[in-house]
Amino acid sequence: MNDPRVRGIVYQLLTLLVVVWIGVEFWTNAVSNLERANIASGFGFLDTTAGFGIVQTLIEYTEESSYGRAFFVGLFNTLIVAFFGIILATVIGFLVGIGSLSRNWLIRQICVAYVEVMRNIPLLLHLFFWYFGVLRAVPGPRESLNFLDSVFVNNRGIYFPRPEGGDGFGLVLILVAIGIAASFFIARWARKRREQTGQPFPVLYWSLGLIVGLPLAVFLLLGMPLTFDYPALKGFNFRGGIVMIPEFISLVLALSIYTAGFIAENVRSGIQSVNKGQTEAAYALGIQPGPTMRLVIIPQAMRVIIPPLTSQYLNLTKNSSLAVAIAYPDLVSVFAGTVLNQTGQAVEILFLTMSVYLTLSIITSILMNWYNSRIALVER
Amino acid sequence: MQAFVRTETKPALPPPGRTKGVIAWMQANLFSSVSNTLLTLLGAYLLYLIVPSVLDWALFSATFTGDGREACLRDGAGACWPFIDAKMDQFIYGRYPLEERWRVDWTFFLGVAGLIPMLIPSVPYKLWNAIYLLVPYPVIAFLLLTGGTFGLVEVETSFWGGMLVTLVVAITGIVASLPLGILLALGRRSEMPIIRMLCIGFIEIWRGVPLITVLFMASVMLPLFLPEGVTFDKLLRCLVAVALFSSAYMAEVVRGGLQAVPRGQYEGAQALGLNYWKMMVFVILPQALKTVIPGIVNSFIALFKDTTLVLIIGLFDFLGIIQLNFTDPEWSTPQTAITGYVFAAMIYFVICSGMSQYSRYMERRLDTGHRND
Repeated sequence: MNDPRVRGIVYQLLTLLVVVWIGVEFWTNAVSNLERANIASGFGFLDTTAGFGIVQTLIEYTEESSYGRAFFVGLFNTLIVAFFGIILATVIGFLVGIGSLSRNWLIRQICVAYVEVMRNIPLLLHLFFWYFGVLRAVPGPRESLNFLDSVFVNNRGIYFPRPEGGDGFGLVLILVAIGIAASFFIARWARKRREQTGQPFPVLYWSLGLIVGLPLAVFLLLGMPLTFDYPALKGFNFRGGIVMIPEFISLVLALSIYTAGFIAENVRSGIQSVNKGQTEAAYALGIQPGPTMRLVIIPQAMRVIIPPLTSQYLNLTKNSSLAVAIAYPDLVSVFAGTVLNQTGQAVEILFLTMSVYLTLSIITSILMNWYNSRIALVER
Repeated sequence: MQAFVRTETKPALPPPGRTKGVIAWMQANLFSSVSNTLLTLLGAYLLYLIVPSVLDWALFSATFTGDGREACLRDGAGACWPFIDAKMDQFIYGRYPLEERWRVDWTFFLGVAGLIPMLIPSVPYKLWNAIYLLVPYPVIAFLLLTGGTFGLVEVETSFWGGMLVTLVVAITGIVASLPLGILLALGRRSEMPIIRMLCIGFIEIWRGVPLITVLFMASVMLPLFLPEGVTFDKLLRCLVAVALFSSAYMAEVVRGGLQAVPRGQYEGAQALGLNYWKMMVFVILPQALKTVIPGIVNSFIALFKDTTLVLIIGLFDFLGIIQLNFTDPEWSTPQTAITGYVFAAMIYFVICSGMSQYSRYMERRLDTGHRND
């Protein structure tokens, strides 16, 4: 026992033994408990008819659909909340983060206050505030807030007109896609050329022209082949158009406003981490403040910003599970809530739910690590 | 030779512009350029949108007295503060029996009595203080709150609620997660492969899943894993879940600190002949923990905010009990809910920002000048 190597092996074997013993104990208990409670085991339940409705479905789903399909409905609802939440949180977070370094005293104070207040209030409270406090206070369908007779806001959600493309509208969409791809390549080429020759290239105007201008011209030439399905009040509720349900809106708002407070701090510390000498050197070379920020400060700050930003994106995605508190049909609410209550198969359902979040975590961190390694500072 | 000497005096320069005073400050900070002025106007407009309406709701149009919903039912009424006043006891104790509430008070005061000298750096006997807080105090608190011994009536945890539950969950989580997290962090950096893998697996799994699923697991799955007849209290299961969850986050914070300790410190300790635990306890951990105080406090704050999630599995914490009281018909007004939420937000804000202020103060105090800046 005096040999550290032998001691290490003994300790490890003991630990392993304890872990295995706990695992076996849990397993045998679970099997006998499930048998006694007459709960089926295995994943066979995924093919059984669900028999409950879901208010927001991105894929086709009826009460006759299976539990397996309900799982995917919940998963997609989680992903769409995360998607919009991340975009909104990034925009607000960067604005507030840059604002809290502004030379303008008033803007700086407002941004600092935003960060302090938002970060120190629990997310669940944010969510309740938007859902029960604000969106419930909006009038009912008959007294909807009306914007230009096409967008209606009431306590059932926000109703937008749904665009319906006519002949040739597909061409416009294809042009937009081509425009996006082309701008991507132009941006790469311009960057390379700038690095080699120092010649700047107006990438923004070219991209705008390709993504918006050209498709718009074709769209007008074709005689505007686009009609809208306007929402209209029929009976007690609105019909037609696209609806964003209040649960979705409050979840996205709460998640992004809360997470933006954290992102703002990451952005601020990232920009502050760039040595002042970099700015001074850029000014000494005669570079204007705008390009200095864009070409000197931000690229260096991004190295510091990206890793914590990744964690914030992951947190936001995981926090979208708070949806269960306001019954937005996300993965946890639909699958670990309703389906679990109906089938009682806690082990399988929680295993599947947790695996989804683990997989999302792993995919995000792989993508972000790849991006991080690309932009990381190469020293020596 | 011609001398170039000025014969008449040069006219005096005008006095410099204001460099001090309100106007000069405003010129420099608010109106230094066109874009700056526009930003100032934008900021002022934002404040104009928010501040007057908030003040009007919370103070000028608010109701401050009354003992029922009638007082808050006026047209254009703002916040309904009497609701908070009337329900304050519930918010603090939940459904804890009226005649037993002195036990909660005593638990609270004994805790504060131990905590305040701990937080003030100049008070001596820190070690004994810490021992009191970590060993006898939890036992006393447990015996006082649950009862059932020493002639105290037993109070089941299903009667606990409000701030009591919030503090119990948060403090247990904090106290349990710090040592567990340190152990996990040491395990993650251990040279023994099996222990390292187990620790990495544990940390990554807890960090990869949302707290809600962990709480669901504690409430529906954990009972399945226990032998027949063994039941755990719901609150206790939730405490276990919260402690495991936050210890994984704590482990990562501590790992950061361990990585920041220079190699020479390890080598120095080994050269003195210290064994692993002595090296860690006396040399490495004090340095590592000091550098990550902000991170530790951040995870305390996160944990405190996350305690609100226990309401989803049916425990009535502070937020849960406030929400429960909205259903009281005696106080049902359009303003009740929003008043309750704003009150809860203020309480959480005060506690969380208090913690972060204290951590900044500690950081400055413990700063031994080892930093570069």
